[in-house]
Amino acid sequence: MPAVMDDRIVILGAGQAGARLAEALRDGGHTGPVTLVGAEAHPPYERPQLSKEMLLDPGASLTPIKPVAGWGMAGIRLLTGMAATGVDAASRSVTLADGQVLRWDRLVFATGTRPRRLPLLEAGPVPVLYLRTVEDALDLRRRLRPGLRLAVLGGGVIGLEVAAAAMKQGCSVDLVEAAPRLLSRAVPPLVAGRLSARHALAGVGLHVGRQAVGMADGGVILDDGRVLPADLVLIGIGVEPCIDLALPLGIADADGIRVDAQGRTAQPGIFAIGDVASQWSRWHGRWSRVETWANAQNQALATAASLLGRDQPHADAPWFWSDQYDLTLQACGDATTGEMVVRGDPQGAFATIHLVDGHINGATSINAPGDMAALRRLVTARAAIAADQLADPGFHLRRAVAALPKS
Amino acid sequence: MAEPSRLVSGGSADTLPPGELRRVCSEPPVTIYNVDGAFYATDDWCSHDKASLAEGWLEGHTIECPWHMAKFCVRTGKALTAPARVDIRTFPVRVENGELFVDLGAAA
Repeated sequence: MPAVMDDRIVILGAGQAGARLAEALRDGGHTGPVTLVGAEAHPPYERPQLSKEMLLDPGASLTPIKPVAGWGMAGIRLLTGMAATGVDAASRSVTLADGQVLRWDRLVFATGTRPRRLPLLEAGPVPVLYLRTVEDALDLRRRLRPGLRLAVLGGGVIGLEVAAAAMKQGCSVDLVEAAPRLLSRAVPPLVAGRLSARHALAGVGLHVGRQAVGMADGGVILDDGRVLPADLVLIGIGVEPCIDLALPLGIADADGIRVDAQGRTAQPGIFAIGDVASQWSRWHGRWSRVETWANAQNQALATAASLLGRDQPHADAPWFWSDQYDLTLQACGDATTGEMVVRGDPQGAFATIHLVDGHINGATSINAPGDMAALRRLVTARAAIAADQLADPGFHLRRAVAALPKS
Repeated sequence: MAEPSRLVSGGSADTLPPGELRRVCSEPPVTIYNVDGAFYATDDWCSHDKASLAEGWLEGHTIECPWHMAKFCVRTGKALTAPARVDIRTFPVRVENGELFVDLGAAA
């Protein structure tokens, strides 16, 4: 398919997804021009460390996805610090902030998300930070000092990882979560309880079922009227998709840009990947953005295949990991519904497996990476395995994967 | 000068069928893989974040770290995907009288 291989491809967004896609196009033999346009000042870099090592180690530096020279060597035109300002589908062009116009045969949105903000709190006397970019991480690291009183708003992955890092830096930390428990959209109560206990043991003050409603002098006002003393506030209450340029094209709504398993949007020639893309989840039975590192990587690879004229639909179950203190949490599929099976010791290393109509529809693990390596595949396949077998530590998950029918 | 050979036992070859892998608690710890009847050994620790590759996922000649999905080639030790950037070492494996031996002195 020479016409396809010669196409001009423009990728908007130079995060994990955009960068991996550009790389995969070249690896897959694409010969036409590939342009990667990123608004951030840096070449593409890894984000997972921003809420982990980057907050702890003063020597930690940015981990590039590829050595800077590698982009040029691969024949990928990388534009950093460059925002796109407009997309025209009729003339197949993108306008950039400096006025230059890029023509494309195929366009890929990898524009990602931005943190949801709480402007009401930003106006108060206590500094408020968000965490998305390396600048955000370095700013936070500079401020995390022994004795600092940090209020973290949001008990999701970002909030919990920041809380753990701040405790290690000698700060005193309060964490506020509006839902009745931590990570309520991602893990079952058993796992949330284990994480809560670990944070409490470290000394984090947990305030679940509470919201911040304002800022007082020297602290955050909660909805029960209490004031949490704080010198710094970190807000991690979720993200919103960057869809400004996609909205006028009729391919996006407030939930993101809807795509099929090949990354195609409703507009011919326009694709979307990574955090901004809304995908149908067989595990959740709904459309949703999958804001994970693994999705950014693997959906990009599937979409690259699609751009190269190959059919390799993105079929992996959503999966993420989080490192907090001495715990590594992993979750896959939908681990909040169905019948829960516990495998292992809930006080030690264990996994939870969630069955819907007898099929494995989700799983989590705490410090049980070996089980999760197999469970990720069993969730993706929605394998039917009996609950008592799954609960039996002698039952070999790896062999159960090997026994799956080949797709 | 190559280091002198330093052989450690990796247990019986019969109990490591094709597609399976096993950790050997040597110093350094290594993992032995059976890919279609051929045996390979690498460092057990992922070069990215100290997870045991023996708990990982072997597919063909690729081992995937169970923590963060970094992938390595078990024949060459090459880091194939992020987040790993640093290759792992490989070690020769030989089978004598049905027993696996890894030569820790001959890292490549």
